[in-house]
Amino acid sequence: MQNDIILSMRNITKAFPGVLALSGVDFTLRRGEIHALMGENGAGKSTLIKVLTGVYPKDAGQIYINDDAAGIKSPKEAQRLGIATVYQEITLCPNLTVAENMFMGRGKYKFVNWNKTKRKARRILDSLDIPANPSQQLANCSLAVQQMVAIARTVDMDCKVLILDEPTSSLDEQEVEKLFRLMNELKSRGVGIIFVTHFLEQVYKVCDRITVLRNGELVGEYETRELPRLSLVSKMMGKELDDLSSLKKNDVVSTENDAPVVYQAESLSSVAGVKPFDFQIKKGEVNGFTGLLGSGRSESVRAIFGADKVTGGKITVHGKRAKITAPKDAMKHGIGYLPEDRKRDGIVADLSVRENIILALQVLNGFFKPFTKAQQRRFADEYIKLLGVKTASVDTPIKSLSGGNQQKVILARWLLTHPKYLILDEPTRGIDVGTKAEIQRIVLKLASEGMSITFISSEIEEMLRTCSRLIVMRDRSIVGELRGSDMTQDRIMATIAGGASDNA
Amino acid sequence: MPKSIKTLLSGFARSPLLIPFSMLAVLIVFNLIMDPAFFRITVVTNNAGYPSMQGRIVAILNNGSELAILAIGMTLVTAASGGQDISVGAAASIAGAVILRVVCGDETAPTALHASIIAAVLASIGVAMCFGAFNGVLVSVFKIQPMVATLILFTAGRQIAYWIGGGKILNAPGDVFKYFGNNIPGIAIPTPIFITLACIVVIALVLKFTNLGLYSQTVGINVKSARLNGLNPVWIKTLTYIIMSVCVAIVGFIKVSRTGNINYDTLAKDIEMDAILAVAIGGNALSGGKFNLTGSIIGAYIIQFLTNTLYATNVSSDSLKAYKAIVIIVIVVIGSPVLKEYADRLFRRGGAAQGVRS
Repeated sequence: MQNDIILSMRNITKAFPGVLALSGVDFTLRRGEIHALMGENGAGKSTLIKVLTGVYPKDAGQIYINDDAAGIKSPKEAQRLGIATVYQEITLCPNLTVAENMFMGRGKYKFVNWNKTKRKARRILDSLDIPANPSQQLANCSLAVQQMVAIARTVDMDCKVLILDEPTSSLDEQEVEKLFRLMNELKSRGVGIIFVTHFLEQVYKVCDRITVLRNGELVGEYETRELPRLSLVSKMMGKELDDLSSLKKNDVVSTENDAPVVYQAESLSSVAGVKPFDFQIKKGEVNGFTGLLGSGRSESVRAIFGADKVTGGKITVHGKRAKITAPKDAMKHGIGYLPEDRKRDGIVADLSVRENIILALQVLNGFFKPFTKAQQRRFADEYIKLLGVKTASVDTPIKSLSGGNQQKVILARWLLTHPKYLILDEPTRGIDVGTKAEIQRIVLKLASEGMSITFISSEIEEMLRTCSRLIVMRDRSIVGELRGSDMTQDRIMATIAGGASDNA
Repeated sequence: MPKSIKTLLSGFARSPLLIPFSMLAVLIVFNLIMDPAFFRITVVTNNAGYPSMQGRIVAILNNGSELAILAIGMTLVTAASGGQDISVGAAASIAGAVILRVVCGDETAPTALHASIIAAVLASIGVAMCFGAFNGVLVSVFKIQPMVATLILFTAGRQIAYWIGGGKILNAPGDVFKYFGNNIPGIAIPTPIFITLACIVVIALVLKFTNLGLYSQTVGINVKSARLNGLNPVWIKTLTYIIMSVCVAIVGFIKVSRTGNINYDTLAKDIEMDAILAVAIGGNALSGGKFNLTGSIIGAYIIQFLTNTLYATNVSSDSLKAYKAIVIIVIVVIGSPVLKEYADRLFRRGGAAQGVRS
């Protein structure tokens, strides 16, 4: 048993100015196991990983690899010791080929035999059953394959410990399935895998053990089969679970049929390639767009907001014809849009929480009417309190907040503009269970106050809990609309798959 | 009590203005050691019979005017477009040529003004704004890298100035230009210092009463997010280039006012590199985003300070640039993120050790 342990971290402590990110955390990884590292945002998962990979120096504690004390001071050293990391965002070079990416920066030789390299790459890819061509440019592969290439790269480095930091958050179900096969393959080769994720189902599907962190402290290490889901969630949140289960189906706001239509579009289309579609939403309604990744659900809502260039369509807002070709037009008509990719489209990383909150309202207010510092503070304070954003101060740069809190700031930005119609594209992606439930509750509350909301999520359960009407998309066009008792997981799946229209 | 000093110190240590201010302090101390009379200001009567302030500190403030004004525009351009305008020297030459052309008419050395100076300055600002808009459009609409886009005007600008001037050296009539380039009769402080002060006040007011600061930083940090929040990145980037061009026109005006004539090839030569350097010394990332205008302006005076100091130590003008380069290496290395992080770690460790002891 003792020999099985390939990595053990003891009493790891790490402080940042103002916060104790890790205090006395232990972590043990055995040969050939998949070990989930769980915790809410800000629990210390990322910090622990970064200490292990030498990105951050630790303040106290020891790391042993195969029972040898290892003083890991840099990512390079970690790599030398056989610790490999694959991050959520692909950190390879998209403009190089698959083979080049796999061997980049690792040769000790001055000359490279590209043919040999390609053959070697092919062998590894084949052995892991990865559908990629070594001489293909990486950017042309799907995200999932890129992720797998990143993993294949580490395999060739003869890694003993593989860290996967939220590798699945941008993959669809089939891709996740492939990734799991790859993980199991590596597991059978004796690699220890640390799996960081927010998806509970995935943890129960592939992981052998779970280590839970909370507020920088170790809660415990558990065998997956001995820890029921509910207790995992309550351990992560540190309280008995009433959040998710309290959101019952009957909380969903059912709109009266005579509620006025807030927004209506006829044969709307954009350069992003959605087929012309009709859509309308009533006052106080929560509707959802669902479909597989790439089905066009994000593209549709982006067309509504004018985020992509609109190429045609007739739009009516509150019964009056409206011209929405750019985000600002939509904003003027009381439409808000929380984008899917928080980091790329949402936050303005270097600016403060305060500036990020007031941005949209400020733009609406006009170039020549800046808010005073005092006004900005008041706005920011109000919404920080309302949404429970955890930040050191209103002047903290938003980039130093955790993902969930960043998302709340962006939500605050749009709530501050008091929109009549708010579009939330994946507002719960990559954030912890507690914040997820909170955001769902906020959505329902806003709707009950009369706001119309479009809610998109990859997690169907979440949509079932919040939406009263679901628009199903496949291949960039709308294939169905479900409401009331039709809204079940099976029915949605059938509509997505196309069975419903054929068999009915 | 010691704790509040410590937080004050650590606050200052993290301030982006730490490096520029300490540079300035070092230069002042160095100069005071070399020349105890460094701060001495005397008022003498100049050739025209008016009082005029003399002294090294006055010379630095006076001669640093052009650079300080350009640093303002360069900071905004850098923030919004993540690149620099290298055409400012050539464009200043154009602006100067326009001014002299308007006041000289067809003559090369007229005895009276053909048009008022105000009209000439407005004309030069107008022309400069056109060129600024040209640069801005290349950068924002056609998405050409700023340095490449402005390379066009950098290359062609002085030739354009030469055409505008009709290929002759133009001499400004009368003494009025000297009022702006040197002293207004009865006022001992050199006029360029007032012009610079006016520019700083104007930009401070603009930043306070408009959203120029927020918008340009947002565009510089995250264009996509800026667009999705209703901003128009094309317009905001172009706007910063237009503001830059107004700064350039003012610099052209000061330059021709100092000498009363124009040399198309040497007017404000190489000033673009100093202006970019001023922005960098001021603690601004040349890749854009958050900016610190105060830092840039101090940076401009640091460069002027340095030039003046080197002259005072009898460095010949031929070797001046080499010495300047050495000092600049030191400045940028000290201000580099690597050293900053190192200093930060040292500082924190020291603080922690102190905490244990007490």
